[in-house]
Amino acid sequence: MRVLRTPGAVLAALLVVVGLSSCEEQKVTRYEPGKYSGAPVASPWDSPQYGGKQAEWEAAIQARTQGQNDYARIPAK
Amino acid sequence: MARMKFICDANRCIECNGCVTACKNANDVPWGVNRRRVVTLNDGVPGERSISVACMHCSDAPCMAVCPVDCFVRSEDGVVLHDKDQCIGCGYCLYACPFGAPQFPQAGAFGARGKMDKCTFCEGGPGKGSEEAQYGKYGQNRVAQGKLPLCAEMCSTKALLAGDGDVIANIFRERVTVRGKGSEVIGWATAYGTPKGGSTPPASEGKK
Repeated sequence: MRVLRTPGAVLAALLVVVGLSSCEEQKVTRYEPGKYSGAPVASPWDSPQYGGKQAEWEAAIQARTQGQNDYARIPAK
Repeated sequence: MARMKFICDANRCIECNGCVTACKNANDVPWGVNRRRVVTLNDGVPGERSISVACMHCSDAPCMAVCPVDCFVRSEDGVVLHDKDQCIGCGYCLYACPFGAPQFPQAGAFGARGKMDKCTFCEGGPGKGSEEAQYGKYGQNRVAQGKLPLCAEMCSTKALLAGDGDVIANIFRERVTVRGKGSEVIGWATAYGTPKGGSTPPASEGKK
């Protein structure tokens, strides 16, 4: 390795390394979610059927969901 | 507040594709697009398991994170919806989604992609418009009528459960407890591995 024997060559190599490192892409270390750009979403209880009554809608959905439990529908032996 | 989720009980799914058909029919999903599909593991091998897959309405949705136009939104009851008027059909969401939920209809020549289409938990979509226009874009809004997605309501063996996450998790837990098995296909151990050294898993899963 004759190339890096002189101090000038070492300095030049160092300058190249430092110079190229400044070209490195900046790392994203923190993710920031974007802001929703679309149209607003209506709440499911803001429907003609429930007219904004959230509690009524919640009760209906809970009952409907629980209706999928066949152990609750069929009496235990 | 209800937080809507799906769960498929792989011990009950019989691969009838009733959920797929119900979804296609209820929402007039275009040709080539399947918002829901049934995946079978070890098909033809004794002990094969089927599972119905669609958008899982993730709590930290990767599709939402990667969308360059930020067209995704989470509704108040936890359903991940997207605004088709903002969608540019880039397909990033498809690459990000671990379930392959985003679907793209072929629009025009050369296989050009149309706007993304996915399961809306039968909750319609963002924006206000005529009922017909909203139906054309997103399909039915059954949740606003106090109903659940048709795929789950049509499931003949009640393998596919939909609704408030806490309630359906309890239904599934009760099943596992009663029959003494069933958490090995979908459950804590599948997602996070079996603990080494014989320690007790964080969640009770019944006998395997």
